[in-house]
Amino acid sequence: MNGILPLRLERVSFAAGGRTIIDPLDLTLEAGASTVILGANGAGKSVLMRLMHGLLAPSTGRVAWSSEGPRRRQAMVFQRPVMLRRSALANVVYAIDAAGVPVGQQLRLAREALQEVGLAYAAGRPARVLSGGEQQRLALARAWALHPEVLFLDEPTANLDPGATREIEAVIKAFDVAGTKIVMSTHSLGQARRLGDEVIFLHQGRVAERAPIDRFFPQPASPEAAAFVKGELPWA
Amino acid sequence: MLEAILGGLRLVATLDLRLWEIVALSLAVSLSAVALATLLGLPLGAAIAVGRFPGRQAVIVVLNALMGLPPVVVGLFVYLLLSRAGPLGDLGLLFTPPAMVIAQTILILPIIAALARQAVEDAWREYEEQLRSLGVHGLRGALTVLWDIRFSLLTAVLAGLGRASAEVGAVMIVGGNIDGVTRVMTTTIALETSKGDLPLALGLGMVLIAIVLALNAAAQMIRDAAQRRYG
Repeated sequence: MNGILPLRLERVSFAAGGRTIIDPLDLTLEAGASTVILGANGAGKSVLMRLMHGLLAPSTGRVAWSSEGPRRRQAMVFQRPVMLRRSALANVVYAIDAAGVPVGQQLRLAREALQEVGLAYAAGRPARVLSGGEQQRLALARAWALHPEVLFLDEPTANLDPGATREIEAVIKAFDVAGTKIVMSTHSLGQARRLGDEVIFLHQGRVAERAPIDRFFPQPASPEAAAFVKGELPWA
Repeated sequence: MLEAILGGLRLVATLDLRLWEIVALSLAVSLSAVALATLLGLPLGAAIAVGRFPGRQAVIVVLNALMGLPPVVVGLFVYLLLSRAGPLGDLGLLFTPPAMVIAQTILILPIIAALARQAVEDAWREYEEQLRSLGVHGLRGALTVLWDIRFSLLTAVLAGLGRASAEVGAVMIVGGNIDGVTRVMTTTIALETSKGDLPLALGLGMVLIAIVLALNAAAQMIRDAAQRRYG
């Protein structure tokens, strides 16, 4: 299969309102290893993911996928998913219809996706009245139905309790097992350890460090990352 | 006084033909105006909500200000357009129900467009990023948002209907209040009160208030039901 990875960011920067949010950076994301983006609030994690996903256009440089297929093979799950005012099942169907999946397969794929995230029982319920954790699993089902090659997750469990967080993490693991490349930002170092293979550490719009997870936590190479891991924020 | 109120009630209860003809014409004019204003106002409001063009802020300010258009001024404007010497005088529409529909359409178009603009803009702010992430753009995105907020939009339409059915100035000027042709509830009330025929005026007043109450109750019930059903 002709994959969309690796994803290359070449001298990509982003500025808004006269403020630089991402300094020019070069970054390559390969298939396989799950990438966790760490950094303090305002370090540029969300903006970097939106640049990669294509929601923001870089101010300079370019974001290049190795191939551009006829339909999107990447998906994103936001901190606060937006659900349409229709049933959970209809929300998944809407997403796969938008992705160009033939009508005949939509219902089957949508039901499989709900099954996968453990929401089969809520298929007929209005999506907006589901709990926060259920809505986030529904957002994951929307992505699952597309079988994306890359899944971006922007602090997917930031608003959730520990039980719901465990359920979300289980689904993210399932994506990984199914061969989807995970790119996730998080505030939780525990979550980074549980789900990540490598860390990209952002500090004030720059990649301060990129390292395998096994190396990053015991021996962070950059002083900023070392302080972050110890929980002592140098800018506080 | 009591006699007049009882007389009004009797007219309503006995389905007095003259009274109900007036009610029917009023509803026909106002519903036609609402249909036209909805057809024009929803796309206009949606376009302003999601469009990015120079002078957008000014357009929004003007649109919001036009919500308070005085009906008599709209009536005067349409009168000048349709009068024999006016640019559209050849159509011969002055003092006919179509002229009243035109005037009411102009009156409530800004109301429907401005309320729709606000609703669509709020929803668009919430949905835009998610829809783009799903690969939904342009017309399809707009239709998705419009469908999702259809109950808020219905409220905008009902607000327009309430305004149209209650106004007197515009229909009075362009309709001329001709008995049996262009006489509607509000103009009849104005005329009969000045003539001293209070029972008919009061009967129509009761019907008018009942209609406005029913519209507002319907709007609220629809919103509540939608909130429960769709969140």
